[in-house]
Amino acid sequence: MYTNQTVIFKNKPVIIGSYSIVGPKEGKGNFGPYFNYVMKDDCFGEKTYEKAEKKMLESAIVGAMEDAKIQAKDVNLLLAGDLLNQIISSSYAARNFDFAFLGLFGACSTMAESMAVGASLVDAREFDTVICSTGSHFSTAERQFRFPLELGNQRPPTSQWTVTGAGACVISQEGKGPRITMATFGKVIDYGVSDVNNMGAAMAGAAMDTMLAHFRDTKTTPDDYDLIVTGDLGKLGSEILVDLMEDQGFKLGLNYNDCGQMYYTRNQNTLCGGSGCGCSATVFNSFIMKKLRDGEYRRVLFMPTGALMSTTAAQQGESIPGVCHALVLESDVGESDEKKKISANIKQPKQKQSNGSGKPVKNQNSAQKKNKSTK
Amino acid sequence: MYYLWVFLIGGFICMLGQVLIIYTNITSARILVTFVLIGVLLQAFNIFDPISEFAKAGINVPIIGFGASLAKGAMSAVAAKGLLGAFTGGLEATAGGIAAAVLFAFIFALIFKSKTKN
Amino acid sequence: MDIKKRNEAYNKYVQAKIPKTKAWPSLFYSFLVGGIICCIGQGINDLILLWFPNMAEQTAWAYTLIVLIFIASFLTGIGVYDKIGKFAGGGSIVPITGFSNSITSPAIEFKHEGIIYGICVKMFTIAGPVIVVGIVSSIVVGLIYLII
Repeated sequence: MYTNQTVIFKNKPVIIGSYSIVGPKEGKGNFGPYFNYVMKDDCFGEKTYEKAEKKMLESAIVGAMEDAKIQAKDVNLLLAGDLLNQIISSSYAARNFDFAFLGLFGACSTMAESMAVGASLVDAREFDTVICSTGSHFSTAERQFRFPLELGNQRPPTSQWTVTGAGACVISQEGKGPRITMATFGKVIDYGVSDVNNMGAAMAGAAMDTMLAHFRDTKTTPDDYDLIVTGDLGKLGSEILVDLMEDQGFKLGLNYNDCGQMYYTRNQNTLCGGSGCGCSATVFNSFIMKKLRDGEYRRVLFMPTGALMSTTAAQQGESIPGVCHALVLESDVGESDEKKKISANIKQPKQKQSNGSGKPVKNQNSAQKKNKSTK
Repeated sequence: MYYLWVFLIGGFICMLGQVLIIYTNITSARILVTFVLIGVLLQAFNIFDPISEFAKAGINVPIIGFGASLAKGAMSAVAAKGLLGAFTGGLEATAGGIAAAVLFAFIFALIFKSKTKN
Repeated sequence: MDIKKRNEAYNKYVQAKIPKTKAWPSLFYSFLVGGIICCIGQGINDLILLWFPNMAEQTAWAYTLIVLIFIASFLTGIGVYDKIGKFAGGGSIVPITGFSNSITSPAIEFKHEGIIYGICVKMFTIAGPVIVVGIVSSIVVGLIYLII
């Protein structure tokens, strides 16, 4: 059965601004130096963690506008979502802004969902400028989905740590910045995993489905991208995804990684890594955006995954459905430079790993680029 | 040196709880319920007192002791008051513990704030 | 494709893939901490009996448990008990202190929702089943005892 899930943007919307804000633990993690702002404490000067999460989203939206050098009156629409019931953080943050608001829920995949919807609207010339934002907070997620913070229990080895952080980006028709060239909207996929402490395994199936749909619709292969990055599958989930893709005949090589897996250092005791909306949102709006702006990555496949579970459904014995949306982002750094780089790196020793799938390397450029960054 | 017995038996019971956590992945509420039921059963079959003789705190401090005193209270109240005792006995015997837990939880909840984990 | 079969195969594969942590260290820590908590309880009991030699054993145990519950509740409040629990696991859940922790922690967690709907309502979210099961089973035992 063939369904076309991918939108290929004709006008290629531009991400003109981005901002990321994280908690203190995240600031000490692997992406620490890339974040725009690291909070000194998780409460962010507020009385409750829910209010702190709302305030993080507000500052991410304001920060992204400043980064894009635009005023509030230039913004047409805000697309935001979060993990809490009735997405209160987003809608309560939105009441402080004078733009139209669309609340989205895609669990941890919200960043891609909001960007894909936003880019589609901008590409169709319906809106000029939209802001996409999402965030999560460890303490609010913990009390909603798991246990009180002070309860003395142990986290199972497959559990992940909800990232405290929020990210926002501004998508516009014109401007300078990385371009969104394609978006693949994912199906809800359920592989029958019912362990709420094993989200990675629950979402890996959805990630595989969207990835396959993307490669099929766009006729690309993993080697066409400098970086393929999933949202918060974590250590276990990303290993599962690599295995699943291998079964389908695609080999994910060194250009594949997972935000959740990379997020924390080994000593931060997060077991399988980071999760939550904030995980992919903050990594994208800091690290990936910087690399795209610098031209270090030319083409990135960004695919946050979401586990669409609720405590009620889980207690009623339901398994956890997953969803994953994919976005292709391309750097706008001068095309003429690109040609020079190709000629400079003409002798390529390392093609084994990329040829492992038995599929021909279509895009020479990406393989060369990879090599350059490893030098 | 009965402290050794206290340590060994108390430690062993807690280790059983950990075995349940590792191999069945159950949450702490279910562990507590399981051990309360074990305590009730031990008392119902009159096995608790002989163990308590030498294990002392080793079996009284784990929540098994709580279950046992529930059952013990119900049994002795039935002997004294008949049918009503079945209803009042259990809570009477454990009222101190439950009331203390509720009181202290209430007071400390007013004083303290939950702190985030690292 | 048979989805049920696919899911079963997938779950089997995931189970095999889950990182195996060594059980022995956590079993040892739970044994150690559990044993220590029981010894502290015994120490408190001995002290109470030392100061009030005429006290009945049953009463002394009740006081002991109240003191332990107080300590655990306080440690929960200052944010220490969850750190003990993190490495002790069952060692700090199974003793009566774990019961106290499971009542105090939701009470503290939900204080921002107000005293009635926060603290009072949520206090028993974890420990509620313990009290319910305990009371029901004690009544059942009492009734059986009555019939015999």
